[in-house]
Amino acid sequence: MNSKNQLRKIIIHLALLCGLILTIAPFVWMISASFSPAGQANQYPPVFIPKTVTLEHYQTLFSRLSVARYFLNSIIISVSITGISLIFNSMAGFAFAKYRFPSKQKLFKLLLSAMVIPAQVTMLPLFLMLNRMGFINTYLGVIIPGIASIYGIFLIRQYIISIPDSLIEAARIDGANDFYIYWRIILPVSKPILVTMALFTFMGTWNDFLWPLIVLTKDSMYTLPVVLANLMGEHVQDTEMMMAGSVITILPIIIVFLALQKYYLHGIMLGSIKE
Amino acid sequence: MRFNILSETPRKNIAYLFLMPAMAAIFIFFFLPVLAALLMSFTDFDIYSLGDMSRARFVGLSNYLNLLRNPLFWKAMQNTAYFVLVGVPLSVMASLLAALALQSKLVRFKSLFRLSYFLPVVATLVAVAVIWRFIYHPRFGIFNYMLGLFGIQPIDWLGNPRWALLALIIMAVWKGFGYNMIIFIAGLQNIPESLYEAANLDGANAWQVFRHVTLPMLTQTTSFITLTTLISYCQFFAEPYVMTDGGPLNSTLSIVLLMYREGFKFWRMGYSAALAFFLFGIILIVTLIQMRFQKKYEF
Repeated sequence: MNSKNQLRKIIIHLALLCGLILTIAPFVWMISASFSPAGQANQYPPVFIPKTVTLEHYQTLFSRLSVARYFLNSIIISVSITGISLIFNSMAGFAFAKYRFPSKQKLFKLLLSAMVIPAQVTMLPLFLMLNRMGFINTYLGVIIPGIASIYGIFLIRQYIISIPDSLIEAARIDGANDFYIYWRIILPVSKPILVTMALFTFMGTWNDFLWPLIVLTKDSMYTLPVVLANLMGEHVQDTEMMMAGSVITILPIIIVFLALQKYYLHGIMLGSIKE
Repeated sequence: MRFNILSETPRKNIAYLFLMPAMAAIFIFFFLPVLAALLMSFTDFDIYSLGDMSRARFVGLSNYLNLLRNPLFWKAMQNTAYFVLVGVPLSVMASLLAALALQSKLVRFKSLFRLSYFLPVVATLVAVAVIWRFIYHPRFGIFNYMLGLFGIQPIDWLGNPRWALLALIIMAVWKGFGYNMIIFIAGLQNIPESLYEAANLDGANAWQVFRHVTLPMLTQTTSFITLTTLISYCQFFAEPYVMTDGGPLNSTLSIVLLMYREGFKFWRMGYSAALAFFLFGIILIVTLIQMRFQKKYEF
C-alpha cells in the first residue's frame, strides 16, 4: 500500500470517528445524566461520566410518576397493532398476490395512489368517529387506525408473488383448503418479510406521538412518548429525571433493533425498491 | 386436468374473504375520514358542532380563504419551507457522505460505524427532542460546549428566533441521516465495478469518478431519497411541540403544529381540515414533480 493511500485511510477513519462521536455523544450524555445526582447534569464543562451514580431518578419515575403503567400502555398498544396488522395485511397481501377477482388491478391502484395522502388529513374526522364509538381515551382508539396499512399490504404482496404457484397447487391436490394454505404454507414461507414488517410496525407505533397525543387525553392512558412530552412541561428543570425517562423510552426500542437489525436494514431496502 | 388456484369462480369469494378485514379497516378508518375531512373543510365545524353535528354549516371556501389571510398560516408555511429547503439537502448530503465513506475499501470496523450512525434513526423522536432540548441549553448544553472547543461563543439556540428553526433542522438531520445512508450504500453497491475500472483506465481522478460515474448512477436513488425525505420533513411536528412549542415568536411553528392547535386545542375543526388539505396539496405537488423527474431520467 502506498503512502498516499495510507494518508487517505487515516483521514477517512478520522472523519468517520468524528461522525461516530457526534452521533453517540447525545446518548452517552443522556445515560450519564440519568444516573447523576439532581443538579449534576447542569455543569460546565459537561460531564460524560458521573462522579457518583444514583438510581433516584428511576425510582422517582417508577414510584411517584408510575412509569410502569405508561410502559405497559406502550407495550399493549404496540403489540396489538403489530399482531393485528400483520394478520390483516398478510391476508390481503395473499389475496392480491395469488387470486384473480374483478377490479383487482383497479383496487390495487387506488390503494397505491392513496399512499400519497398524509395521515394528518384523516385525524379530525377519525377523532369524531372514535369519539362517537366511545373509543377516545381507550387503547382501541389508538389501535384501530393502525390495524391495516396499505404499505404493509404492498410489501407482503410483493413477497408472496415470488412464492411459486406449484407449491400452492401441490397442497391443493393433497386436499388442503385455502385457509390451511394461507396459515400453513404462505405464512411460514413469508417469515422473513413478516418479521421485517413486525419490526417496522412495532417500532413505528412505539415511537408514534401525534395520534396517541390526540386520542389519549387521560393521564393514566398515556404512552411513553406522550408522558415524556407532558413531563417536559412541569419538570423542565429536572434534567436528570427527564434523561432517565428518555432512557426508559428509548432503551426497549434499541434492544429490539439490535436483536433484529438484519431484518430492519433489509426492510429499508425493500421499501426503497420502486416497481 | 389442471388445478389452477387463480381462475376458479368460488376462489373469487375466498379472495374477498381474505381481503375483507384489511379493506374494511382501510375504507372505514382511512378513505372515509379523508372524504369527511374534505367535506368538513367546507364547513364551520367547531366546538359547538362537537356535541351536535347539525350545527355545522356549509361555508364554501371561506376556511381556505381565511387561511390565506392568516399571517400565522404564512408563518407556518414559511417555516416549513425553510425546514424543508435547508434540512433536506443537508440530510441527503450527510447520508451520501456517510455512505461514500463507509463504502470505501480502506475502511475498517464498517459495521460498527454503520450501527452507530443508525442508532438515532430508531430512537424515539420525542425522547430525542427531550434530550436535544437540554443539549441546546445555552449555558450547560453539550452543543455549545462542542462549538466552544472551536472558539464559537455560546448561542441561545432555542431561545433566539434567528436560530431556533436551524437548531431543529440540525437535530432532524442528526436523527435521520442514517436511514438514507443505508439506501445510498445499497445504491453504491449496485454500481458495476467495471465502470470504475474503465474510469480509472481513462485516468479519471477521484472527483471526476464521483462526478461522472457515481453521481449519475445514483440518480434514481437520490431522487427517491429526496422525495421521501421531503415528504417527511413537510410533516415535522414533535420537534417544535416538545422543544419550543412553536416559539420563540412563532419562529418554529410548523403546518402540522398549527393544524394540531387549531383542530385539537381550539376545536376549529373545519379550519384545521382546510389546513390539512394544504399539507396534502403540497405533498401531492412534490410527488408529481418527482414522478416527472423520474420519468425523464429513466434509462
